[in-house]
Amino acid sequence: MTGATTFRDAVRDALAEEMDRDPRVILIGEDVGPAGGVFQQTQGLYDRFGPVRVIDTPISEAGFVGIAIGAAMAGMRPVVEVMFGDFLTLGLDQIVNQAAKVHWMSGGQFRVPLVIRSAVGVGGATGPQHSQSFHAWVAHVPGLKVVYPSGPADAKALFKAAVRDDNPVIFFEDRMSYGAKAPVGGPEDVARLGESAVRRQGSDIALIGIGRMTALALEAADRLADDGISAEVVDVRSLRPLDVEGLTAALRRTHRALVLDPAPRAYGAGAEIAATLQESAFDWLDAPVGRLGMSEGPVPFAPALERLVLPDATRIVQGARELIGR
Amino acid sequence: MAELDQKTQLRLWRDMVLIRAFETRLQTLFRAGRVPGLTHLCTGQEAVAAGTCAALAEHDMIASSHRGHGHTLARGTPPGPVMAEILGRATGLCGGRVGSMHLFDAERGNLGTNGIVGGGVPLAVGAGLAARAAGDGRVAAAFFGDGALNQGVVLECVNMAVIWTLPVLMVCEHNGYGEFTASDEVTAGDIRDRLAAYDLPVEDIDGMDASVVFETAARAVARARAGKGPTAILARAWRFSGHHAGDAQDYKDDAETKAWRARDPIERLRARLEADGVPAADLDAIEAEAGARVAKAARDALAAREPDSAQLLQGVYA
Repeated sequence: MTGATTFRDAVRDALAEEMDRDPRVILIGEDVGPAGGVFQQTQGLYDRFGPVRVIDTPISEAGFVGIAIGAAMAGMRPVVEVMFGDFLTLGLDQIVNQAAKVHWMSGGQFRVPLVIRSAVGVGGATGPQHSQSFHAWVAHVPGLKVVYPSGPADAKALFKAAVRDDNPVIFFEDRMSYGAKAPVGGPEDVARLGESAVRRQGSDIALIGIGRMTALALEAADRLADDGISAEVVDVRSLRPLDVEGLTAALRRTHRALVLDPAPRAYGAGAEIAATLQESAFDWLDAPVGRLGMSEGPVPFAPALERLVLPDATRIVQGARELIGR
Repeated sequence: MAELDQKTQLRLWRDMVLIRAFETRLQTLFRAGRVPGLTHLCTGQEAVAAGTCAALAEHDMIASSHRGHGHTLARGTPPGPVMAEILGRATGLCGGRVGSMHLFDAERGNLGTNGIVGGGVPLAVGAGLAARAAGDGRVAAAFFGDGALNQGVVLECVNMAVIWTLPVLMVCEHNGYGEFTASDEVTAGDIRDRLAAYDLPVEDIDGMDASVVFETAARAVARARAGKGPTAILARAWRFSGHHAGDAQDYKDDAETKAWRARDPIERLRARLEADGVPAADLDAIEAEAGARVAKAARDALAAREPDSAQLLQGVYA
């Protein structure tokens, strides 16, 4: 393990290591070059790897996502950055109708070893078109892989796994977590996609968190412990493939689950996890699987309202108690 | 301009004749109800496919449109697997699961025909980016129609090909139609100006003349390989067939049809070859050979089995 690194730098370092290791890895995105990224997330890469491998694009998400797909088909291993997750919509035709399907359509003749990384999440008063996270949308598409790390160590190890995977991987980065610091792994600490992680063991309820919600779940678990409730905290980490086995095991241990998703509840990732758990572990359930998500409306920029959008630890505690009370 | 050497002209003619035979046979099969779904024929536009592909080297790449049988055959994919794919048979180029609009051939650098209008353009430009990053001298050609020039992403990619000086040919098969609508009814300004606005050379040529297409493409390929960036080729052509094989073509008027048919690229090149002393019998033999190849491809495809259920989910992930 190396010293404490921010989430932001952990991904940057992972990318630098992978670019060092494999000359086919290139970076494409807006302001990723000399500017070092709007969130300083690609600082130093342009100086180190030069303009042929670190490419600044015009504001043309559909075009440069599509170009990255073509480059992947022709032998490169591109990392494309879509500045805000909300802008994934601009590249969705390329992602869904091309990237996700090329390997299958071509009968395996072409691969698309592509990573699309994107900063998502509520916070900083960025408003309704700069606060969304469409992980459920892309996780709904066969052919894509979807990764959502919750902390620096995971961010690094999962990013490396994403780059080394031969499929198109959408990598979500909670930008409000960019400053979080923790020890991270070295150049060959590569996670496996499709695995969840237990962050805290418990026996009364499993709080299943996506991204930033995992840290809030840990906070809630501390408070629940004060009331004698033992909450397990599971970090989803990978939405597609989903770790059905790991999540089911958590449910068997605890008999209750509350899914925490930083996106609107209706038709969200929580719905998929809840449905999956009731299929795989119905007989172990002592209560319906609960879901907490973002408010069912656009995200306000006004700080007084923005702070109401995501469930906080208090809401999570309340949600857990409701399930335990049944 | 010196005339193109006879060997190349014969190659162009042979390629066009094969495409014509293939598309004609496919039209018949479609009318007989043997072709699942829709298919989009390129009859009349053979010169663009043959001329461009003949100018590419073996390691170069193409990405095509929904009207891509000609590009696929001109790149050298044998008619057998192509026909089988279009008929949905397991012996097809991609296993028979995807059909006419998704013909991929990695061996021949074919990044696929495409079911999204303009879909091949980002892929070809991306392949050009890969070639530049790898420094391997490869060139990529994107085929698209005039209708695709109204798709925003296509113009985004022209822009990026230019700013990054990518080794790409942007080959617009300008046949005047976007599906069933005349493109000038739905396109503001001049298409040539639209491309020229991006500051790349725009070669506005007779797309019904394979020699002209070849020479233009060869110049563009040389330019690209020399690191001088992309070229747009606006190849004015005309599809004899409908938008798709079942299209009754009520939107084309008779005078227009007559005028364009008189410029059939195959007949024109044949006339030139015969005038240059190539015996008619030799040309007849080439036609017969194409006919035989296509007939065999059709026979084999019709006799082949369909993909089975085990192939439904094979390869969703690499």
